[in-house]
Amino acid sequence: MSDVTAPMAGKVIDVKVNVGDTVNEDDDLIILEAMKMEMPIVAPASGTVKEIKCKKGDSVGADDVLVVIE
Amino acid sequence: MLEMVLTTGVVHLTIGNLVMWLIAFLFIYLAITKNYEPLLLVPIGFGILVVNLPLTFLMQEGEGLLWKFYHYGLEWEVIPPLIFLGLGAMTDFGPMIANPKTLILGAGAQFGVYVAFFGALILGFQIPEACSIGIIGGADGPTTIYTTVHLAPHLLGATAVAAYSYMSLVPIIQPPIMRLLTTDKERKIKMRQLRPVSKKEKILFPLVTVLVICLIVPASAPLMALFMLGNLFKECGVVKRLSDTAANELMNIVTILLGISVGATMSAEAFLRPQVIFVFIMGLVAFAFSTAAGILLAKFMNLFFKEKVNPLIGSAGVSAVPMAARVSQIMGAKYDPKNFLLMHAMGPNVAGVIGTVVAAGVFIALAG
Repeated sequence: MSDVTAPMAGKVIDVKVNVGDTVNEDDDLIILEAMKMEMPIVAPASGTVKEIKCKKGDSVGADDVLVVIE
Repeated sequence: MLEMVLTTGVVHLTIGNLVMWLIAFLFIYLAITKNYEPLLLVPIGFGILVVNLPLTFLMQEGEGLLWKFYHYGLEWEVIPPLIFLGLGAMTDFGPMIANPKTLILGAGAQFGVYVAFFGALILGFQIPEACSIGIIGGADGPTTIYTTVHLAPHLLGATAVAAYSYMSLVPIIQPPIMRLLTTDKERKIKMRQLRPVSKKEKILFPLVTVLVICLIVPASAPLMALFMLGNLFKECGVVKRLSDTAANELMNIVTILLGISVGATMSAEAFLRPQVIFVFIMGLVAFAFSTAAGILLAKFMNLFFKEKVNPLIGSAGVSAVPMAARVSQIMGAKYDPKNFLLMHAMGPNVAGVIGTVVAAGVFIALAG
């Protein structure tokens, strides 16, 4: 299991995956907006999306868990 | 009939006016289609256009409408400090407080200011003119305007436009320099997540900063005092109305007056001179050296600090906020999509604003 966390506070503007999806390392999981800049949060390793802990429009803080990958 | 024709501007148009119209249209075009600093280039472009209409006398001393904007807004040094009030209300110094090392990067990235200063002297500019040209390297529009109005008002149009042009070109100018001066391994350096900064620290920061900097460089006080006042509005949490007004309505009003006043200084006779080309060249030199100095300083710091700094955040020491920090983020993510440098780069970025104001204060104190 690996938690994908927010690298900084920001707003979730898109969730690119669904629970159960298979992802490869560096695939986009979440698009986070901070300082009026969109940044993809990518998968740290290949695996399956176990849980998504945020939704489009959420404001998240630094280190908040966004996605859990198994 | 002939007399009536002579009262129109048409017969008084010069080639210079037409060239300036083209420049005005170019600015407005770039602002609308390319989104290059639109909040400034639209009013600046329009100011250029109308000041190059013969017989309108918009910049006639004591009479013209735009002269009044320029005189009471810029010559009286009202507008740039008010812009800084708004900037202060929009700036989060948290990343810099969390990692004070980045203050060194912000200071180091002012190197280009001094390179361009000496370069301009070699090209034959007078000391006050060289100061105004050098400050372009800080990539800070209001500070450039403030310094130029103080020291070399005849260069205002050129230095202001150069500063804003280069700021909008940050994503084009900086990446090649960043690539040239860093190795692949350095670009992938991951920095530890910044520690949270308490409210108390954020409130104390503007108070301590204004005391320290204004005591050391008193000439920076008009800009620094309002910059820190705006930040205190933001961080203290009890004057949200003032903070919102400074960051939004007031900022927008003074931006309109600033843009049109700067544009109005760009009449054909004032702007179409060989000197202006040198201002643009030296401005670019300043900008490039500031970028390079920030990167090299970060590499130098890595020789001594156990916790390594990604040199890509050094270039954010030029004060184009937040564009330069965004460029650091984009460059870092290009080489490792799991690397997030944005907030780390905001440290030198906001420190760079303070650094440029201090550099301007030193210039004004010495050459004013």
